This record gives sequence, structure tokens and C-alpha cells, in this order.
Amino acid sequence: MNSLELSLVLCLSSLAAGLLGALTGLGGGVVIVPLLALAFHIDIHYAIGASLMSVIATSSGSAAAYVREGFSNIRIGMFLEIATTLGALLGAWLATITPTKGIAIVFGSILLFSAAVSNRRRPVPDPNMPADPLASRLRLNGSYPVEGVRQHYNVRRVPLGFGMMFGAGTLSGLLGIGSGAVKVLAMDEAMQVPFKVSTTTSNFMIGVTAAASAGIYLSRGYIDPSLDMPVTLGVLAGSLLGAKLLVHAHPNKLRIVFAIVIAALGIEMIYSGITGRL
Amino acid sequence: MAHRVYIPSDEDDRKLDAHIGSLLRAGTLSSAFVILLGGLLYLAQHSHDKPDYRHFHGVSPQLHTFSGILSGAIHGQSLAVIQLGLLMLIATPIARVLFSVIAFFAERDYLYVVVSGIVLAVLLYSFIWH
Repeated sequence: MNSLELSLVLCLSSLAAGLLGALTGLGGGVVIVPLLALAFHIDIHYAIGASLMSVIATSSGSAAAYVREGFSNIRIGMFLEIATTLGALLGAWLATITPTKGIAIVFGSILLFSAAVSNRRRPVPDPNMPADPLASRLRLNGSYPVEGVRQHYNVRRVPLGFGMMFGAGTLSGLLGIGSGAVKVLAMDEAMQVPFKVSTTTSNFMIGVTAAASAGIYLSRGYIDPSLDMPVTLGVLAGSLLGAKLLVHAHPNKLRIVFAIVIAALGIEMIYSGITGRL
Repeated sequence: MAHRVYIPSDEDDRKLDAHIGSLLRAGTLSSAFVILLGGLLYLAQHSHDKPDYRHFHGVSPQLHTFSGILSGAIHGQSLAVIQLGLLMLIATPIARVLFSVIAFFAERDYLYVVVSGIVLAVLLYSFIWH
């Protein structure tokens, strides 16, 4: 394929990935690396670079839509970004010393994990639970609209959530993904943040986390302009289109199908990693 | 409840959110425009190239640094123009954090001036380190 054909094919498949990611809420970034590495035989370092760029584009591009809903908690996001950005620095450094095989196996495991948690029942926290004293001192407790009334919530287990966020940042820097699944899990399960708040806050955090490893990727030559151009534009267009369609879509079945695709890609990544085919 | 719970001023926070939302949107759309421009230029000049992404050899060092990217973009080199767009894309969330530092300062929320200042420092470190 010459570069014109390759750009077109990459752009269209990235568009499909971004669209599915937005419609299912699972994020398109998570399938970009397996798509590039397995289907196009692109070196995994270029693939994670392109994926990271598309993750930043998606996070920033969809933020305006999330903001209108008034669910995100800017203080939780900013405080936890200390953990995710530090983790991202560690992850980006690990990416430069981890052999391709290792990256592929960790990546496959994260895909399996993302697929597994995508259909879990998300907890609805009890608003009368006492807050973590640390959460009160950091003013993390907030409120969000429920049927037109603002419902207060208390944040719990801040150190645990902070630690999990460091892990999410490390994975983001190592694999070039947003690791939204881990971020949401840390806020839902550990910190007992209502899921509407955790989803939108996580989206906000993804771009900042990814920007922390982007500088290191850039200086290591992972950011290839001719490859990242079609991928980033494709994913961005797909995710914006998906956000527009979401109003009328019924994504439950689609989410299950996409979760199965993600799981299959996970197994393929682990297999390719172990057999050294990447 | 065992202790008093502080409720942040939701109204202020939502106004801040709205500003941040438009900042991010503007940053993303202008980066995408520059990337597209560079991309069209690249395809016009190099549509018959057969790029090799199978083996990692790293991007040319000129496209690693701000000065290299800027001077390339000014001279109309298509890859440098795309890279400039990607740099703008990376800069967008960083600008968001910088904006938060200023906004928290205006709200006299000094605790969060420090919190967002730490995040900004980590982000800048990542860029200036190499």
C-alpha cells in the first residue's frame, strides 16, 4: 500500500474504533494499539504513540459535551491528576525499557480486564455515608443533579483511590491508552463517587494524564506524524459522531459485542506477545 | 454525620467547568485543523511513498524538538506541520491545567492553586526533561 491508500484505510478503521468507543463508553483508544499492531503489523512503539495522541484528542474533544451535563467534579479530577501524571511518567519510562513482548502481554491483560468490568453493575453510593476526613479537608465532596435536584455525595477512601490512580497513570504511560476503565473503577469502588460523576471526571483526567507521557514519547521518536495524522483525525471524528448519535442509540447489545471484540483482541495480543510475533 | 462537610461552591465550579470545556474544544479543533492541513500537504507530495512502520527506527530527530518542529513548519514541510498540530493537541490539556491554576487563584482557593500547580509542574517536567 502506498501512503495515500494506507492513510485512507487507517483513517476509516480509526473512525470505526472511535465511533464504537464513544457509543459503548468503553473508549476507542483501547482498540487502536491492537488494530495497528495486529492488523497493520505496525511496530508497537509507533502504535502506542498514535493511540496516545488519539486518546488526548478524544478526551479534549468530548469534554465540552460532558461539561454541559454538570456532573464532573473538578477538584476530585485535579487532585487525582497528581497521581495519574506521576504514574504516567513512570509508565512512559517503563515503555522505553520494556521489550515488545512484555508490552503486548500487559496490554492483552488490560484488554481482558476492560472487557470484564464493562458490564458490571455499578454501585450507587449511600449519600449518608460519612466522608473520609481527608476528602473533607481536600474539599472533594460535591453534588450532582438527580432528576433536577442536586444530590450531595461524600468521597471515601482517598488514599486507596489515589494509589489506584497512580496505577492507572502508569498503565496509560506504558500502553498509550486512557485507562478509563481503571480510573472509573478507582472512583466507583474505592472512593464511592456516583458513577455519573466518575465517568465524566475520568474523561477530563484522561487528556491530562496522556499529556504527561506525550513529552517523553515525543522525545523518544514514538510520535510519527504521517501515521498519527490519519489515526488521530479518524478517532476524533468517530468519537464526536458517536457522541451525537448516542442520544438515539441503545448501546447495551453493542456494548456486549464490543466487549467480546476487546476480549478477543486481548487474547490475540497475549498470544502474539508470548510467541514473539509482534 | 460525624464531622462537618464542606460543600464547594458548585456555581463557581460549574462556571469554571464551562470555560474549561470551551477551551478544550477550541484547542482540539484548531489542532485537528493544523493536522489535517499538514496531512493534505503530505499526501499531495508523498502519496506514492511506501512508509515503513513495521520496524522501529524512531522519528527523525528534527521532529522531536520545539525548535525543529517550528522551523520545519514555517518552511512548509508537511511532516513538521502535522507534528505542530500534534504538539498543539498535547498542549491543550496542559493549557487546561494552567487555566485552572489561574482560576483557583482568582477564587482564592489556595489549596487548589497548589494542587493544580503540582500537576502543571509534572506536565512541564515531562516536556523539559528531555
